[in-house]
Amino acid sequence: MRHIISLLMENEAGALSRVAGLFSSRGYNIESLTVAATEDATLSRMTLVTAGSDDVVEQITKQLNKLIEVVKVVDLSDGDHIERELMLIKVRAVSKDREEIKRMADIFRGRIIDVTDKSYTIELTGTGSKLDAFLGAIERSAILETVRTGASGIGRGERILKV
Amino acid sequence: MSTELSGAEITVRCLQKEGVDYLFGYPGGAVLYIYDELFKQDKVKHVLVRHEQAAVHAADGYARSSNKVGVALVTSGPGVTNAVTGIATAYMDSIPLVIISGQVPTHAIGLDAFQEVDTVGITRPCVKHNFLVKDIAELATTIKKAFYIASTGRPGPVLVDIPKDVSQQKTAFVYPESVSMRSYNPVTKGHSGQIKKAVQLILGAKRPMIYTGGGIILSDAASRLTDLVRMLGFPCTNTLMGLGGYPATDKQFVGMLGMHGTYEANMAMQHCDVLVAIGARFDDRVIGNPKHFFNQDRKIVHIDIDPSSISKRVKVDVPIVGSVPDVLDELIKLLKVSREKPDQTAIDAWWTQIDLWRARDCLKYDRASPIIKPQMVIESLYEATRGNAFITSDVGQHQMWAAQFYKFDMPRRWINSGGLGTMGFGLPAAMGVQFANPKGAVACVTGEASIQMCIQELSTCKQYNLPLKIVNLNNRYMGMVRQWQEYFHGNRYAESYMDALPDFVKLAESYGHVGMKIEQPGDVEGALKEAFKLKDRLVFMDFITDQTENVFPMVPGGKGLSEMILV
Repeated sequence: MRHIISLLMENEAGALSRVAGLFSSRGYNIESLTVAATEDATLSRMTLVTAGSDDVVEQITKQLNKLIEVVKVVDLSDGDHIERELMLIKVRAVSKDREEIKRMADIFRGRIIDVTDKSYTIELTGTGSKLDAFLGAIERSAILETVRTGASGIGRGERILKV
Repeated sequence: MSTELSGAEITVRCLQKEGVDYLFGYPGGAVLYIYDELFKQDKVKHVLVRHEQAAVHAADGYARSSNKVGVALVTSGPGVTNAVTGIATAYMDSIPLVIISGQVPTHAIGLDAFQEVDTVGITRPCVKHNFLVKDIAELATTIKKAFYIASTGRPGPVLVDIPKDVSQQKTAFVYPESVSMRSYNPVTKGHSGQIKKAVQLILGAKRPMIYTGGGIILSDAASRLTDLVRMLGFPCTNTLMGLGGYPATDKQFVGMLGMHGTYEANMAMQHCDVLVAIGARFDDRVIGNPKHFFNQDRKIVHIDIDPSSISKRVKVDVPIVGSVPDVLDELIKLLKVSREKPDQTAIDAWWTQIDLWRARDCLKYDRASPIIKPQMVIESLYEATRGNAFITSDVGQHQMWAAQFYKFDMPRRWINSGGLGTMGFGLPAAMGVQFANPKGAVACVTGEASIQMCIQELSTCKQYNLPLKIVNLNNRYMGMVRQWQEYFHGNRYAESYMDALPDFVKLAESYGHVGMKIEQPGDVEGALKEAFKLKDRLVFMDFITDQTENVFPMVPGGKGLSEMILV
């Protein structure tokens, strides 16, 4: 099963490699990983998407907690949460396609953030499946380049991950 | 204004503040400033080994036999890579160590400088934690944290990598009295509700079993365990790492369990209805195939300080995360006040069954053999030392025989590499044990293959007059490899014979020690007695043993605990 795990860790050199190293050395899945400093510059917040049986995910959270620099771990999938991913996509946009792609971006609530006479670059956020759907809606041969951040997640309502 | 000290001096002062009396190490370019400071003082005594692997094993043996943090000092590059085997050995067995390594100067890091390796990266998977100190202002606090992390919670090795320029720069020295880290708060007290549930299970047991591991030894909980087991009248087994946790000569002790455990311990483990696991981790060498283990229905209580050890290989019914001594105190207190008592009739019947298993006499061997049997050497060693020696071992058949036949009544007397299974561990570990216990009798049980992996340390032993007794069970084979080849690879002994062996007697003598070669069973006892009489000499006893002898019982890989091959 897919799990989205959020963690707070000391914002120190090498902390990220400890997490990444844990996943590779213990053979855990890692679908995506995002990390950046929080409003408190001493802390980094990481969102990890992984897949595994309940036993494996229990071990993953325990092993993450065991890392000395990890302050808190929460499995967001245990409750209501929101997740978003950002995608930047550069598409070929010439003649009549320009209007069609603009319309498609509007439907998906994307924004065109760079324009040349031959291409658009579109910014799109949403869940992973929404981004997949957008990619499916655009003609494959028109896609020049895509870049995705992987999911960031946060609990709904009162669910707060803070020190 | 306080005077400023160099990073090197701060490092040495920190070690003094931590009460470090011995430091095992090997100098090199990146640690020269630190060695210069060691030279100027005499509180921290440096022990010069002959290979960095041995420095870490010696610090490890020191720690295991004393419950103090072992400390090693190595230089950058090859100094660190040589130390890695020692660090991984300590990590697998949760031994508290602080390893200080030199690093190339900060401005040279990442430029493929001479003797540069990514120490933090290389050691990351085999340390509890590691640090690269880039700012001298952080040095003292980092060393304090290293000792704190190594010795608290589930212990383990911590490495502090110090670039050469940091050891040279100066700053004011303040050693923090204590450290607190928001991201590291090991638990102590167990959950009282869970402990109450455990009491209910224990009191309701009809076929109980107490199974304990290295956690009992590491947390100094052996006497509490003994109280608990005697109070309940239950059978008790120890893992390879847990030997000495419960007195081996006591009638409630059913021997070691696992791949080479006793018949009675493995059968009781398989057939019990309530299993209390304490400071143990259901390792693959301990319970065999987990599926087979669950062919029998039983309730499991698991006490461990490390939450990730619980439900890792085996699902348990009552997990208790906490420090073993705290949880045992609580458990004993509740059992004492409980009005309910264990079902004595059921327990008696259970003991009758266990005694039947015991009668199988699974450790028997041919005592009348005209060739020296290795088991007999260990039994004679036990007699010669009256069970009081510190025994280190290397890895293989000799290790299993030592574990089976030397009856450890006390904790911290059995020093071996259980998790990583490091050949070459025994001799350097014995050096550390002797430094920690200068008056103790220390013997290293080894084989002709293992001993050659760190044989150079005979030189260190000479330099520091360490009167170790080396018991070399020489069967001219990597015995455990040979045993597996015999059973599982059609008697094809691929590369497991030891050809071109040195004359160990002459080798010992050339290092300045006493060497003995023992070839007749009738000479074993006398040789051991004579060796232990030489109180101030290292004696290398080369016992020429039966080449065909195997370790029994044996649970083949992938099989269940009760599917043992017996003699």
